[in-house]
Amino acid sequence: MQLDAEPLISVLAEKIGSTSPDFGVVGIHTGGVWVAQKLAAKIGATRVGRIAVTLHRDDYTMRGLHTQKNKTEIGFDINGRHVLLVDDVIQSGRTIRAAINELFDFGRPASVKLAVLVDRGGRELPVHADYLAITMPLDGAQKLELTNAGDVLRFEILEG
Amino acid sequence: MLTANPQLTPDKKLRHLLTTEGLPKSLIENILDTAAQFVSVGDRDVKKVPLLRGKSVFNLFFENSTRTRTTFEIAAKRLSADVINLNINASSTSKGESLVDTIDNLIAMDADVFVVRHSQSGAAHLIAKHVNQVRPNVAVINAGDGRHAHPTQGLLDMYTIRHYKKSFHNLSIAIVGDILHSRVARSGIHALTTLGCPDVRVIGPKTLIPTECERMGVSVHHDMMRGIEGCDVVMMLRLQNERMEGPLLPSAQEFFKSYGLTAEKLARAKPDAIVMHPGPMNRGVEIESTIADGRQAVILPQVTFGIAVRMAVMSMVGVSRGEVA
Amino acid sequence: MRLEIRNGRLIDLSGSNDGRDERATLYVDGAIIAAVGSRAPDGFMADKIVDAAGKIVAPGLVDLCARLREPGYEHKATLESELMAASAGGVTSLVCPPDTEPVLDEPGLVEMLKRRGWTLNQARIYPLGALTAGLKGETLAEMLELAEAGCIGFFQADRPIVDTSVLYRAMQYAATYGFTIWLRPEDAFLARGGIAHDGEVAARLGLAAIPTSAESVAIATICTLMRETGARVHLARLSSAAGVELVRRAKAEGLPVTADVGVHHLLLTDRDIGYFDSQYRFSPPLRSPSDRDALSAGVVDGTINAICSDHTPTDEDEKNVPFGEATPGASGLEMLLPLALKWAEHASIPMSTALARITVNAAQVLGKSQGRLVAGAPADVCIFDPRAFWAVTRETLVSQGKNTPYLAREMQGKVTHTICAGRLVYAA
Repeated sequence: MQLDAEPLISVLAEKIGSTSPDFGVVGIHTGGVWVAQKLAAKIGATRVGRIAVTLHRDDYTMRGLHTQKNKTEIGFDINGRHVLLVDDVIQSGRTIRAAINELFDFGRPASVKLAVLVDRGGRELPVHADYLAITMPLDGAQKLELTNAGDVLRFEILEG
Repeated sequence: MLTANPQLTPDKKLRHLLTTEGLPKSLIENILDTAAQFVSVGDRDVKKVPLLRGKSVFNLFFENSTRTRTTFEIAAKRLSADVINLNINASSTSKGESLVDTIDNLIAMDADVFVVRHSQSGAAHLIAKHVNQVRPNVAVINAGDGRHAHPTQGLLDMYTIRHYKKSFHNLSIAIVGDILHSRVARSGIHALTTLGCPDVRVIGPKTLIPTECERMGVSVHHDMMRGIEGCDVVMMLRLQNERMEGPLLPSAQEFFKSYGLTAEKLARAKPDAIVMHPGPMNRGVEIESTIADGRQAVILPQVTFGIAVRMAVMSMVGVSRGEVA
Repeated sequence: MRLEIRNGRLIDLSGSNDGRDERATLYVDGAIIAAVGSRAPDGFMADKIVDAAGKIVAPGLVDLCARLREPGYEHKATLESELMAASAGGVTSLVCPPDTEPVLDEPGLVEMLKRRGWTLNQARIYPLGALTAGLKGETLAEMLELAEAGCIGFFQADRPIVDTSVLYRAMQYAATYGFTIWLRPEDAFLARGGIAHDGEVAARLGLAAIPTSAESVAIATICTLMRETGARVHLARLSSAAGVELVRRAKAEGLPVTADVGVHHLLLTDRDIGYFDSQYRFSPPLRSPSDRDALSAGVVDGTINAICSDHTPTDEDEKNVPFGEATPGASGLEMLLPLALKWAEHASIPMSTALARITVNAAQVLGKSQGRLVAGAPADVCIFDPRAFWAVTRETLVSQGKNTPYLAREMQGKVTHTICAGRLVYAA
């Protein structure tokens, strides 16, 4: 089953409204980066960064280090800046926790808000999106994956 | 008997790092890719990631080396590990406590990773073998054993070469100086041949080249002017002070004359050749100062990459494991 | 005590022709072989009959080097433990080197060793006296006194004689009395600090190397001094192709030289060191496959007279250290027979040749009459099952030294009975 992600981004952009150009948008690898780029254009933010959470994952000792070529690249100073953290899906909240830790390795933002396209339920940490496009409860075995084909974003829902 | 490589788990993951010899190519590439993630950690406000939080890394130096110990210490601390430095000089081992006894004691203090420097070739293997028997979740990283191996140095050299030259497939690499006593040379040679480098040359006088060195997959040259011809990478080795005069060499000056890296000799290499040195350098013995400080030298980047490579290796072996063979 | 050993395959290479290899009965009367064949001597009534069906009846083994570690190293092994190991290995005569603590450079020590051996009533012990006082390579030991106390020759063990003039004088002095000097041919300077053969493996593992020239230079020096002094020399533990060739030439020239090789050097090479396995540290070092093959050829053609165990029991701590700090050598008394048989199989030579090199040929080096299964010879016999397999483990090894590269491996050829001077000293 597929779900077109482009309208969801527009929904999210509407909820956020317009921002000051000073705003920093940071997407979480990999899906969150795609969403962040499109979202930034819609809300008029010019500073877009990306964040990799590998080094802050809490399942490291169980699963070992997953080598990814993806690195954190925030091309602007986050100290004192309002930052919008963007991801495609929120589930347990652990990725967001790691991303916030990673973000703080680069400085002290004035504030951090979270924007997510899909909340699939299953939270394990007290983390909530400030801006959310839709809620779509799924069971643990189902997979929700954002794909990017020719700059068109689409969710694939796979049964476990 | 050449048995299974003791540094790999049954599913070919890194269990210990003892030597670059016998490491699968994919694993070396994996280490280098992992190191790439760590290179930028040094530029952050918070130069620390929590991967080894709560783990104890014991720097066990039976041979003094502040420099190498420091790089391991920085690497471990950037991974949030607790670092315990132990300089165990020869006198305490001669008081009767054997190497294995020392290790048993430290295991009892709940060490997770041993970083070992020892003057005897094979010491790290011995410790790894012992650890496998008594506490299989403890990892051993060889920080230099005798003349045998210095695998993290070998890997940081590979990282440096890959960084500047992208691929190993068309490279000519010259390793110059005291090959006989150099664990850096051995670790470099094995990694280079595994990574598919087609032309590895070792250059030095006959007194400093081991017998049957060619069997390691290198060509041997005694004339540096010819040996360095067309090289992409020139790896200089450190000449130990105690070997500068004696039966192996008449003097440091005469060594420099034949095997010191000068502008004249470097001109024989490719114009974009890089110059490497594991440090600490003896200026005017292995290398001319203008070259050491020149545009082709990548000696300081080597140091920076070295921390990232050591972080990569520690984070890979520092994972808690269940049963291992 | 009269003993009749029947139904066995009797192998004896001491004869002038091809020797004997046939089913025959051996009749032992007291300490002497009374008769060999199918007919008992007149009036022979056996007190005990040993049925050797399916087994080989060979002369008791003569081992040209077994360290018994007494006096001084009782923590490594004792005379009791090692003589029992000898009997379990079919060894009925053994030569012990003088590198004990104190070293065997005084007649009193030699007499004590012989007496201790005598009371233990197992293999015959042939001590080698120290060639120089304290094995220091400086002043000559009292060779005449030591010979009278029972030394069969004089050896410097693994300690070098650095000063060639001392070697020269020692050879002159020994030649005065017709004593045989035993020497480990190894140039002290070329071997200094070395722990492995100078080749690919040492290059790869970064081990300080001993070139084969350490051996050939020493042999060349010894041969030169033999020509001048007329001394008789036994070269102990050859290790290299170059060394074998020099001995071959010396023998062709007519020099009174004999030689032996450690059994491990016929089977193993430096490749076997693997990742620094200290069980493979030997002195002289294990060398290349081509050296091993040359040693093997040297044993076959008789250039190397005998194969010995070079038995060196150590405690575990001495091997559980980095390769370069490990004590060289392996426990060997119980491995000599099965390893010699294994070598014969590898080298595709008759088993009888291998047996000769650990029996009669070794005895000839000593000028002794052992190693023969003929009427009138000393009743030293080793009976073994050539097809039986046994596992080498800490438990199965009788020797206190459990240091062997073959630990946890299977051996073929198991001694079932050992008879020394007519006494049954071992029965499996």
